[in-house]
Amino acid sequence: MNVITDAICPFCGSLCDDLTIKVENNKITDIQRACVLGHNKIAGVTDHARIEAPLVRKDGELVETTYEDAIERAAEILVNSKRALSYGWSSTSCEAVSKAIELAEETGSVIDSCANVCHGPTTLAVHEKGSPAASLGQVKNRADLVIFWGCNPVHAHPRHMSRYSMYAKGFFTKKGRKGRHIAVVDVRETDTAKIADTYVQVDPGCDFMLLQAIRSAINDNEDVIPEIVGGVPKETILELATMMKEARFSCVFYGMGTTQTRSKYKNGDAVSSLLYDLNQYSKSVMIPMRGHYNVTGFGQVCNWETGYPNAVDFTRKFAYYNPGETGASDTLLRGDVDAALVAAADPGSHFAQEAVKCLAKIPLIQIDPYHNPTTELADIVIPAAVVGVEAEGTAYRMDSIPLRMKKFIDTDFKSDEQIVTDILEKVRELKRGA
Amino acid sequence: MSELIIKNAAVCDPLNGINCEKMDIAVKDGKIVESVSSNADTIDAKGKLTMAGAIDGHTHCAGKINVGRLMSPHDMRMNPVNGLSGLQPATSVTRAQAGYNTPNTFALGYRYSKLGYTTLSEAAISMMAAKHTHEEFESIPILDKWGLTLFGNNWQVMNYVRDEEPEKLAAYLAWGLRATRGFGIKVVNPGGGEAWGWGKNVTSIDDEVPDFDVTPREILVELAKANEDLNLPHSIHVHCNNLGKPGNYETTLDTMKIMEGIKAARDRQVLHLAHLQFHAYAGNSWREFESASTQLADYINTKDHLTFDMGQVIFGPAMTMTADGPLEYSNARMLHSKWSNKDVELEDGAGVVPIVYSPKSFVNSVQWAIGLELALLVDDPWKVMFTTDSPNGGSFVNYPEAYSLLMSAKKREQIIETLPELAIDRMVLPGIDRELSFYELAVMTRALQSKMFSVDTIGHLGIGANADIAIYDIIPDKIDAGIEHEKVKQALSATSYTIKSGNLVVQDGEIVSSPRGKTYWVNASGRVPSEINEVTLKDIQNNFRKYYTVAMSNYVVDDHYLPNPIEINTQEA
Amino acid sequence: MKLETKLITGRTAYQGSYLENKTNPKYFEECACCEMNPEDLNKLGVSVGENLNVKTAFGEVVVKARENDGNPEGIIFIPMGPWSNAIVNPDTGGCGTPGFKGIPAEVEKTDKEPLDMISFMRTYYYQ
Repeated sequence: MNVITDAICPFCGSLCDDLTIKVENNKITDIQRACVLGHNKIAGVTDHARIEAPLVRKDGELVETTYEDAIERAAEILVNSKRALSYGWSSTSCEAVSKAIELAEETGSVIDSCANVCHGPTTLAVHEKGSPAASLGQVKNRADLVIFWGCNPVHAHPRHMSRYSMYAKGFFTKKGRKGRHIAVVDVRETDTAKIADTYVQVDPGCDFMLLQAIRSAINDNEDVIPEIVGGVPKETILELATMMKEARFSCVFYGMGTTQTRSKYKNGDAVSSLLYDLNQYSKSVMIPMRGHYNVTGFGQVCNWETGYPNAVDFTRKFAYYNPGETGASDTLLRGDVDAALVAAADPGSHFAQEAVKCLAKIPLIQIDPYHNPTTELADIVIPAAVVGVEAEGTAYRMDSIPLRMKKFIDTDFKSDEQIVTDILEKVRELKRGA
Repeated sequence: MSELIIKNAAVCDPLNGINCEKMDIAVKDGKIVESVSSNADTIDAKGKLTMAGAIDGHTHCAGKINVGRLMSPHDMRMNPVNGLSGLQPATSVTRAQAGYNTPNTFALGYRYSKLGYTTLSEAAISMMAAKHTHEEFESIPILDKWGLTLFGNNWQVMNYVRDEEPEKLAAYLAWGLRATRGFGIKVVNPGGGEAWGWGKNVTSIDDEVPDFDVTPREILVELAKANEDLNLPHSIHVHCNNLGKPGNYETTLDTMKIMEGIKAARDRQVLHLAHLQFHAYAGNSWREFESASTQLADYINTKDHLTFDMGQVIFGPAMTMTADGPLEYSNARMLHSKWSNKDVELEDGAGVVPIVYSPKSFVNSVQWAIGLELALLVDDPWKVMFTTDSPNGGSFVNYPEAYSLLMSAKKREQIIETLPELAIDRMVLPGIDRELSFYELAVMTRALQSKMFSVDTIGHLGIGANADIAIYDIIPDKIDAGIEHEKVKQALSATSYTIKSGNLVVQDGEIVSSPRGKTYWVNASGRVPSEINEVTLKDIQNNFRKYYTVAMSNYVVDDHYLPNPIEINTQEA
Repeated sequence: MKLETKLITGRTAYQGSYLENKTNPKYFEECACCEMNPEDLNKLGVSVGENLNVKTAFGEVVVKARENDGNPEGIIFIPMGPWSNAIVNPDTGGCGTPGFKGIPAEVEKTDKEPLDMISFMRTYYYQ
């Protein structure tokens, strides 16, 4: 039996690295310390129905083929397209991302990550205003005030609270949960709100107003704050501001409740602007609650390799970036791409209907371990190893700390990195031939 | 077996005492050799200026530069230096390029190569994010790299300093260098980074660091001693307290003075002061702001224990990035600029803030002058490393602009004329007529680095050195750099040939091949007695168990991240 | 009876548990559902497990009713997935990301059954 300690969980952006995995005869027999999300993902590698072989759509049905054939067909689609979309790359390794970027450059494609339907607006907010952040251990060791704004870690990042934020005990926080005030701002009383000390219910779409009101209070401009802002009484706003000013170290964790709602990137900007002022009085940082375990890594690699964090268009052989134009959703909505390569993501599930309709119309290549709604639309399906379980590689935690994911078991499936490398080689071969 | 002979080179090689002498250079298998066979490829240098590949001893090229990129998508299109900035399409040899102050990794590699650079020293590796630095290193083509690891606000360092445990301190440093695959010890605003954990700072080398019962002075001295005990190739590399504040030169002088008694383990300085320009300010307020370069140069001219780099300012947009978290917050507030911050648990911090140095600003103008003053007032070029603290003072693509300023009093005069009168009153540059020679420039950009980092295979063209060679389109004895400064600038902006490890990478200012570089790291564990190592490891493990949010085994940078390593073992030295 | 509400979509641990297992009927069960305040369910005369038709300016979808007293009245929640995304706002407002939250939605009882994953994809996206 092989026991793997300090194993890294390939599910969410918390990237917990304290799992113990037991393996017997190349089968995972025990998973310790993972949450339900991580456990199901790791166990699912053998429990869930995998895409067993490469598939190609013939007469409307997906039929089995070889890796070689699937890769050649994929390369042909990319070479023949005027402008393909390469999308996803968030539940995979940085090494695969790097190759995917090279492929996008070689084929003159648009490449984008899941941030497009997630924390993309957060990226725009950083462009606008920067981001005063910290590693998660600063929160663990110092924070006496934690605010979860538009995020619900009980469901989305279950171990975040015990490892980093709510319950964690550290050097200056020996009392853990008891010494820490937890506030939740949300439109619903989520399961996270239910275990907080303070729950502030804001009306949908009013986060920006509420953030600005708190900022006004921080700056001693109480007089400009109306009696109710976005459903929140002025009294509560002043209490929040006082709480933030009097904390020794506070952190705002913010999620989809800020990025996917009205004001989108302006909400992240407002958090950053609030902290820009608050830090005159008390230390405060912000950390986005990233979803896919390596969506942060995609942003990092794409940023250093192309200059931009996502939504990069290589149609003109140099990097062009304008997320409202070159983002995956917008290119699809406008019908501006004539083929798509989707890997380590499921736009069939997670894109808005109008974007999915475009995906259904164009040649679609999918690289994924599992059958999912995107498979229903795909013309070529290339099964992949599960990174972080069957393949190793680098991933970045939500606070941009890199970790090397381990391989627990062997597989015959190719890794994402290998598949992209093969497609790239085939593309170059075809281009040379042409 | 590749052979190359460079004929008719006007070689300027200070480490070997060669001052623009016409000679041939033979290259075999990436090294400089006595002679090669008649089958060797030939480059006719036609009497052009030939130097060893340049070494940027203090640049921000990997790691938090990515925060800068994220904050400045507009930077990618910025193209103020033709051929060395902005968006450039992919070619059959090169990947797509972008950026000016924060170029993408490929542009960094290509553009440094075009300037004749072949080695980079990244100024700060954040320990916990060290894998990130190495990932970016791997992505930067052509050049060799190393990075200096941040230790100046590290809890375990401060605990050992307070508890007077020098042996454990050295053991921890050796462990940390190995864990991060770092080259040397970087100290940034010692103690100030920890105070910033609570939104505070320290203001002198004798302030107490909150909760740790140590002072910056103690941290600096003990780290310097441990550095020498470990026989590290480089000295401690210090970013002093109080960067960027009027009157800070006194703190800088204090920092230099406390190092006078440290004994060097090698033939080099015991203290390197980073970007001295930012630490050379007199006056008690911004209103009174003035140059303190004379005060610092007077001291440095009488001492031999230190080196410094300029931190020259280039007029125009720049991107400040430093582990000095509190400084960046005050920068952002002062400039009303956007602000990113990144504290790292138990270790250090970082901040990134964009800036524009304007020749219309009296403060910026004085800053511009101070960098030049320091380089020109310090008599011995072997104490002065050329930098802009890229991209803090300005992007590296402007180095030729700064070279020509150092080489031409006339050029300086032309610029000074355009600056605010108040600025001219507060600087000493107008009275300086010294003009650097190519020889002195070669010292400041190559030879000194070889010595100060104790890497004897680079920075010169002697037998056995790496064949890292830059050939510029200048006939040294047919040009008066003082007058023809524009011509000098142009020639130094794009080499006729850059050769990296014997491979031709640049020809006539264009990239012709793009091999991968190597990464240096320093293994000092041989200097640590095993019993000391054991007890120190227990302390390290304890910190991981209780305070870090990653496991120790996942923290350490493994071999995967250094596919082409050069390990320097300090035991063997 | 139709109820005017605002739709929020997002992650649940149950939906997330089947993220890499979407052909499993449990994924369908955990996604093709709508959490509402008990008062709102009363207003509609709908019991937990009965079917709701949720309609927005961008489409309509049939999902099962669930109760969640954490939802204020007038706010409904459908876990992220193909069903919710059939009716979210695709417009990115020029910043790349569609509107997944705070979409005006009309809810009423229906006799139609939700479509399982494969039927759903075929009905909505095969031409």
